[in-house]
Order: sequence, then structure tokens, then C-alpha cells
Amino acid sequence: MDKRKILISPVTRIEGHANISIELDEHGHVSDAQFHVNEFRGFEKFCEGRMYTEMPTITPRICGICPTSHTLASVKACEMIQGIQPTYTANLLRRLMHIGQNLSSHALSFFHLSAPDFLLGYDSDPAKRNIIGIAEKYPDIALRGIRLRKFGQELSERITGKKIHIMGIVPGGMAYPLTEDNRKALLDWIPEAIETVQLGINIIKKFMDDNEAMVQSFATSPTLYLGTVGANGEHELYDGKLRFIDQDGNILQDHVAPEKYLDLIAERSVNWSYLKYPYYKPFGFDKGFYRVGPLARLNVCSRMRTPLAQAEFEIFKLLNDGKPVHGAFHYHYTRLIEALSDVEDAQRILNDPQVTSLHIQHHGRWNYEEGIGSSEAPRGTLFHHYKTDETGKLKMVNLLIATGQNNPSMNRSVLEVARQYVKGSDIKEGMLNRVESTIRCYDPCLSCSHAIGQMPMVIEVKDSKGIVVKRLERY
Amino acid sequence: MNKKKLGTVWLGGCSGCHMSLLDIDERILEVIKLADIVKSPIVDGKEMPEVDIALVEGSITSDEHFREILHIRKQAKTLIALGDCAVMTNVTGMRNYFPLKEVLDTAYVNAISNDAEGQLPDHPCLLKLNDKVMPLQEVVTVDFVIPGCPPDADTIFYVLFEFLNDRLPDLSKTKKLKYG
Repeated sequence: MDKRKILISPVTRIEGHANISIELDEHGHVSDAQFHVNEFRGFEKFCEGRMYTEMPTITPRICGICPTSHTLASVKACEMIQGIQPTYTANLLRRLMHIGQNLSSHALSFFHLSAPDFLLGYDSDPAKRNIIGIAEKYPDIALRGIRLRKFGQELSERITGKKIHIMGIVPGGMAYPLTEDNRKALLDWIPEAIETVQLGINIIKKFMDDNEAMVQSFATSPTLYLGTVGANGEHELYDGKLRFIDQDGNILQDHVAPEKYLDLIAERSVNWSYLKYPYYKPFGFDKGFYRVGPLARLNVCSRMRTPLAQAEFEIFKLLNDGKPVHGAFHYHYTRLIEALSDVEDAQRILNDPQVTSLHIQHHGRWNYEEGIGSSEAPRGTLFHHYKTDETGKLKMVNLLIATGQNNPSMNRSVLEVARQYVKGSDIKEGMLNRVESTIRCYDPCLSCSHAIGQMPMVIEVKDSKGIVVKRLERY
Repeated sequence: MNKKKLGTVWLGGCSGCHMSLLDIDERILEVIKLADIVKSPIVDGKEMPEVDIALVEGSITSDEHFREILHIRKQAKTLIALGDCAVMTNVTGMRNYFPLKEVLDTAYVNAISNDAEGQLPDHPCLLKLNDKVMPLQEVVTVDFVIPGCPPDADTIFYVLFEFLNDRLPDLSKTKKLKYG
């Protein structure tokens, strides 16, 4: 009997290139689903032979949405090679820029890419189901979302003069200080930014209340979670230790230094995606599914760093009686709780008297052959691992990227949603969008993942031997 | 005045140019007064329809990009190469110094975090990577280039705004013209 295969692509409104294929059995039921990631750039190879000190400038080009996270993981690997630490003020400035990137990325994910579904409806006209549709119907919300993202970007621009692919984060610290004028200008944004994040939280909570059945149905399979935590288990994005928890919230690994990542994580290449499949090594490929990103970070951490975010975190924790929350839909909610934490934390840092100090760089040189750095990108933990020769030339580069680690779970989540919403070959626009929305929960930054992803919508009809007997293209 | 049609596309690159486009912030509202954005990663649109202006980020890295850029060229009155990868391949083209097989093997076979049971990605659903990454003008005629990694938002807005008002932009006047 013929197997029908539906390929949805490109999945728009995610920051990356991907497509999904859904396989139907002879009765028109979904039998399998695959999330194809479709681009590859090859950083691991073409960085070989270059000086390790170039990496904080090259690697942000892995991804235009989380460049600062790459720069930070990279510069930390460089600092391990040099055996030095950044200055106190440099750490403050790096934190500010990293918070800024997390905030602008989360604002983009929520207001630009996902809010159209919440405010206009999953089944609304595709031509209007975007930020411009929001601007027409809810101009104040659109403008606020745009400005929240702008604030995040300015946290980098006001320090380094650039919003994307920032320069000036160097081994040992920073090349630029923060001026007093810029400190004040950034502080002026805080009240508006907090209001906007709270507006977003109200939108998502109302949507969750009004659509409880749907929210509950969004891909709820339990997984393990990985995130970075601070010394006391608090939420951390820049510089902490790794914590793995199981599906019930038991801590599997705690305060593991990122340099030990190879003890915890392995990856497998699969023939149908340019995105590899990482897994928790002690449990093996089949049982080692884990997730990263905002939902994972809030599931693993013991508390938030700031008061308003902590209050919201406590509400989040009630969703599953203090145990990990598994529904992929809650990525949206946790992203906004993080955004709240970001703004509060930015305020705290901007009020630190040392933030405008000129003591911003320690100077070092090549001392060790190997360096490993990690950071929490908006989409999750990422690792940079370099080995050099004695002149500092790179002999090996290994990059383990945030979206990659959600790949196995994204794939399974798509299958779950497809089983619920796609029945038979009668595929309506609203249904296709629901499958796409599942991917969007994870906000995959596929640019990263291959350093990494792209497609047209194609329906392929395959027979039981896998031979295409019919091919339809729909644009 | 008739509204123009604008499409934006992301080929082989990091999306940083699209993020820089979003960095025009509130000025996006000025753009949509003059143009309908009919295709972009930030809206739901599937394939490039006929447009007045196409902004294309990224290099040609695969058979799919090759097909897409030929299609875009047919559909667009004005095709603008957005950012260094589209203009001259930039970081995306750094793999051109190595044979493709070595580049793939480094990531999918030899990576230190890989287990022993991996396969090379070669499924028919995947696009086929070209041996060499190409800039847009190696495949199609490009009408205007905006260099930069990424070009800053002011420059992107200036170019877009001039074209939307039927004027030819002059980047030498903006003092923003730069590579890297």
C-alpha cells in the first residue's frame, strides 16, 4: 500500500530553515514525522589552522540571533587556553550584553513570531498572521514588542557600538568600557521594559487560561533537562555550572564544570538531518533525550535571581506541583519569565558603581593547548571546545549548539502534534500551522544548529519500498 | 501611489542581516506604509511571488539555493544582495578552502562528541551542498549590494526607503559603507 508523505516547508516564522515531513500509513493515520534541518556551513573544519584568538570574532557569525552567546563561550575557551580570568567590570559588561541578547531574542520570539498566533488565532489569515498583522490590529502591542527588542539590542550597542556580531569581547575582558551617559540612557529604559514584559506575561496567561485543552495537548512527553545554574542553584545565563535533572525533577548531575561536558553528552549524526542528535551519555541514545533553553533552565534552577521573576517562577512551579513542567507550549511562558529576570538584572548591574570602571581587561598569552567554554544562549546551553598547537593555531574545533540539543525532542513533539491534528490527506492550512507552531515553541535558531538549515512545501507519495510514485508541490 | 511588494530571503548565512533589518525597529511601520511584505522569514509566506524588491541574505551553498535564486531573479524587479555573505560569501565561503567531504567528515564523523554509530546526512529530503559556496552575482545579475556583516540598520533602511520611493540609493553619501 502507498505511504503518503507530507512535507511542510519552509517553516516560516522560526529563525531558521527547516522542514517537516509527516508520513501517513495506508489508512491515512500519521505513522512517523521527521524534522529535517537543512543547511550546513562547516565551522568545525574551516576554523582549523586559524589562531584561537580569532574565534570570538568568527564564531558569532554562526548565528545572527545569539551571536553574543557564541562569543562568550568562545572567549571563555580562549581564557582557559590563556589561564586568565576577566576583570570584575568586564564580567558586568558581558552579563549586560548577554542579558540584552537574551531579551531581544525572547522579545522577537514572543512579540514578532508567536504572538500573532495568540492574538490573531492559529486559523487566521496567513497573510496577516505576523507582526504586521499585529501592528494593524494592536498597534500598541506591536510597538511595545519592537521597543523591547530594541532595548535588548541597545544593551550591546551602547557598550560596543554594534548590535549584531559585536566586537570588543576579548580574552581577559572587554575592549570597551560603558560610559556614564550610556549607563543613564540604558537605565531610563527599565520601567518601560518591565511593563512590556508584564504585558506579554498577561497575554500568554490569558491565552493559556482560554485554551487550556490545547495548551495541555502541546507535546507533553517528559524528558531530562540540562541547564546552567549559579553557586546556589539559581538561574544563570553567563557563567555557572551544569545541572541535569530527570523527568521527575531528581538531580542527576549537579555543579559539573562545563569542561566536563564530554562525560555527560554524546551526539549521533543521522542521515536525514544536518542537525546532529545529542543525548545524555549515561542513559544512551534511546533514553537520553534531554531539553535545553528557557523551559529547561526554569525546570532545573532552584530559584530566580530577581524578585519579580522569582514571584512569577513560583506561579510557574505550581503548574506541576513543583516538578518539571514538560509541555512544549510552556517554552513561551518561561521565555517571558526569563525576560523579566533579564530586565531586573540589567537594572541591578547598571546600578553597580563598578560598571563604568575602566579596569576592563586582564592581559594574557597562550599557555595551554586546550580550552572549553560554555554559555546559556536564548535557546539553551552551548559549548565551544578548542585544541591548539604550541603556537596557538587551532587543531580541533568542536561546537555543541543549543538548538541541536532540543532536536530529538522537537522531532518527537512534531510527531505527537501531528498525530493529534493531522488525520488523513485532508490537510487544512490551520492544521499545518499547528505543526509548525510546535516547532516554534522551541524557537529553534537553526542558523546555529548547523552552523547549521532550508525548503518548498512538497507532498511526496511513496510506496512501501520508498519509491516516489507521485509528487505534488504546493507554494 | 500603488504599494510596492517586498520580499526578503535567507539563503546560506546566519540570519544576522535579517536581524539587522529588524533593527530598523519602529521604522518598519514606515516601510509597511509603502510596501507589502509578501515573503519573509518573519511572515507566513511560502514561495517568492512577483515582487518589486527582493532583499537576499546569504550565499548559494546548495542545489536548493541555486534553484531559489534563479526563481527570485525571475520574480524580482530589483534584486538586492544584503550583507557580506550574499555579496562575497564572507564566513559562509570559508569552507571553500577545503574539500567538501573533509568539511562534512569533521562535523559528522570525526567530532570529538560524536558516538560511533553516526551516518552522513544524505537523505533525499535534504538539500545537496555545492562543492563551493558562491556569492549571488556568480549565479544571477544583482542590481544593488549592501555590504557589511551585518550592514547596520540605518543603511538597510536608507537603501530600502530610497528604492521604495523610486530613487537610486547612493551609499557613498551615508558614510556607512563598510565590509565586515
